[in-house]
Amino acid sequence: MTLAPPSDQLTVDASRRRRSRRGSGRPAGSAFARSPIGYLFVSPYALLTIAFGIIPSLYAVVLAFTNADGGFAGFDNFTKVVGDFRFWPAVLHVTTYLLIWLLALVVFVVGLALVVHAVSVRWVSATLRFVYYLPGALAGASSVLLWLFVLDPTASPVSGLLSALGFDSFVQVIQPGHLPVIFAIIAFWTGAGGWIIIMYGALNNISTEVIEAARIDGANAVQIALRIQLPMLRKWVAYMGVMSLAAGTQLFVEPQLLSQASNAVVPNDYSLNQLAYQYAFQQNDFNGAAAISLILLVVALLLSWVFVTRGGLFEKE
Amino acid sequence: MVGIHTLVRSRRKASTVAVMCAATALLTLAGCGGQGSSANGPHGFPEAKQEASSTITVWVDADRQAAAKAFQAANPDTKIKVVTYDGSANGSNSFRTKVQLFDRAGSGWPDVVFSSQNNDAAWASQKSGGKQAFAAVLDKGLVPKDTLSNFTGGSLNPCTVDGRVYCLRNDLAQAVLWYDKSLLEQFGYAVPTTWEEYQALGEKVAKEHPGYIIGTAGDAWTPEVFMWASKCQANDVTGPKSLSVKTDSTECKRAASMLDALRNNGTVPVVSVFTPEFLKKYSGKVLMMPGPAWYAGAIFNNPQSLNVPAGRLGVAAPLPWKGEDEAATGNVGGGTWFVSSHSKNLKAAEKFVQFVTTADDYQVDVAPGYPAYAPAAQKWIAKQEASKYYATPLQPVVSAASRVWDGWGYPTFSQEAIWAKTMTPGITGGKSIVDLLPTWQKAIENQAKVNGYVVK
Repeated sequence: MTLAPPSDQLTVDASRRRRSRRGSGRPAGSAFARSPIGYLFVSPYALLTIAFGIIPSLYAVVLAFTNADGGFAGFDNFTKVVGDFRFWPAVLHVTTYLLIWLLALVVFVVGLALVVHAVSVRWVSATLRFVYYLPGALAGASSVLLWLFVLDPTASPVSGLLSALGFDSFVQVIQPGHLPVIFAIIAFWTGAGGWIIIMYGALNNISTEVIEAARIDGANAVQIALRIQLPMLRKWVAYMGVMSLAAGTQLFVEPQLLSQASNAVVPNDYSLNQLAYQYAFQQNDFNGAAAISLILLVVALLLSWVFVTRGGLFEKE
Repeated sequence: MVGIHTLVRSRRKASTVAVMCAATALLTLAGCGGQGSSANGPHGFPEAKQEASSTITVWVDADRQAAAKAFQAANPDTKIKVVTYDGSANGSNSFRTKVQLFDRAGSGWPDVVFSSQNNDAAWASQKSGGKQAFAAVLDKGLVPKDTLSNFTGGSLNPCTVDGRVYCLRNDLAQAVLWYDKSLLEQFGYAVPTTWEEYQALGEKVAKEHPGYIIGTAGDAWTPEVFMWASKCQANDVTGPKSLSVKTDSTECKRAASMLDALRNNGTVPVVSVFTPEFLKKYSGKVLMMPGPAWYAGAIFNNPQSLNVPAGRLGVAAPLPWKGEDEAATGNVGGGTWFVSSHSKNLKAAEKFVQFVTTADDYQVDVAPGYPAYAPAAQKWIAKQEASKYYATPLQPVVSAASRVWDGWGYPTFSQEAIWAKTMTPGITGGKSIVDLLPTWQKAIENQAKVNGYVVK
């Protein structure tokens, strides 16, 4: 699971608001128009996005509605993939995984960030933040490889825990029913640290005056967390939800590597993205693969929309 | 020295043929032939314009780098570029993945590819998305008939689609019965001669020497060792796009119930031979093990694995079922070499695949696996026997090579993956294989259908 670098949009918005309230800021749009250098700065990003994001997406749309010979196929590719015996199990797998993972992410990331933020000893807090972030520094695939060892009772450093849970062999650990939890744990372990740091930053962004006022009014730490900090973190939680959702629906590396490592006991068509991969490269059906990708895109967009509107991500008060 | 003679002769013949085909290709391009792109070339497929001294690109896995090296040493004049890839191993399917991308791009194909899988000819022999089939037809003049006929009987089955040969087999992986001669003698047991005796022995071992095992059933190739050898009709490829599956037959059930019985008494555990768990529990306790020829080097005579000392490991021919006069056996892998039909230097590509599959320089002197090319296999066996590692003669391995049952086919999808995905979790969870046979049938049918097969 890759983490997008934290967007500064929220903080920028906040400071701009503060400035405009004071009446010292210029309207943002005209400032941008007057400095063409801005275009230069965004141009590399824009060009790369067009070349490797937008054009391939458009190509996928074309592929999804055409057949192998390039003729218009209507919704044939979609009915075909939805009717595939592997499609609905894959949907179920990804949904279960997403539910477990997103829930764990929201609860534990916010909880841990609040705890770290409440730690007043500076070096303890700094050490904790560093430790949380550490697993995220491992690239996706290598962290999965690490987990292959952790999950194998004969090689695992936590084999005691695994055998206490009744697992004596790797195959027992990776029984189909356990997989969503396993993938959620792996994804949490690799990705949550970065989010804890971001949430910590967000907590720092809450004005000390507000917290102090609450404290003077007699609020204790728990009350401050629940009544002040949490509501002010709403946008950040929504942001985390949107980003994680996009990454989570694309579940691929974890099951793919686990599939190879277990000699296919973990199926190579476990997730929707893997199924698309199977379509493209096992069945040589790029059109079917594009149809699955498009379905994924639409679903992810719809869910993101829910997060954006419910979380008030783009509200300007 | 017969081998070397044929080699020289066939090379000369191949070169004449290649010159002729190059000339034909030129004519075709000049418009004299008037052939369209779908028309066949002199060797049964449309050829690219040949460039006699161009460099050929060769894809090998890490183990086969030695083959490329041996070729370079023996043929310094032929220019080859060696690219190492994963050999499509462990279901990575990278050979097919890459070729499909090259097909879309319309260029970039390697000239020669080694694959560790047996299901590549099934797709490489077929046109895909209107594009010419990747694999060159080898038995219409490209590879000399003499060479082809010297391959062990049945060994080119994974390469044969609709009667045409599309690849050369590197090594064979016929299943035999490996056993620990010293342990057997110590316990006073005889080597079983039928599967029924094998099962009876398992029941005896469970009572008299619990903890010792006579096989394993936890790997993805379990169906290939037990079901295939029992002539179970789970994978009968009847045409390039048709398949017949029947897992409720007597042949399937007898093997399944034997495995169930032996798993329940602990003598054939559901554990993969390549796990630390296997080594921890069963090192020194493997009484016997039906498995592919390569188990000898990969498991028994391997310091990282069971590390059985010299003079103990014996081998017996594959077992028949009671009442059958000749035993059938299964096969677990064995690499294949493909020549690209897009190659600009078919002559060099053919020379390469012929060298690596037949020349003593590689197959006898270097290759770790049992050569598919029969003359090389005899010499390879002699070399293995000379090592004094084995407690018995190795002729059972040779006789097993041509007994691989041909009713088990080679479709584009992997039977191993299906077994691992649908059966292994169930068996690990304690279900019986006999009860799971219908599930297996359904899974094979489903997989076959999405891969474009008509299932009967």
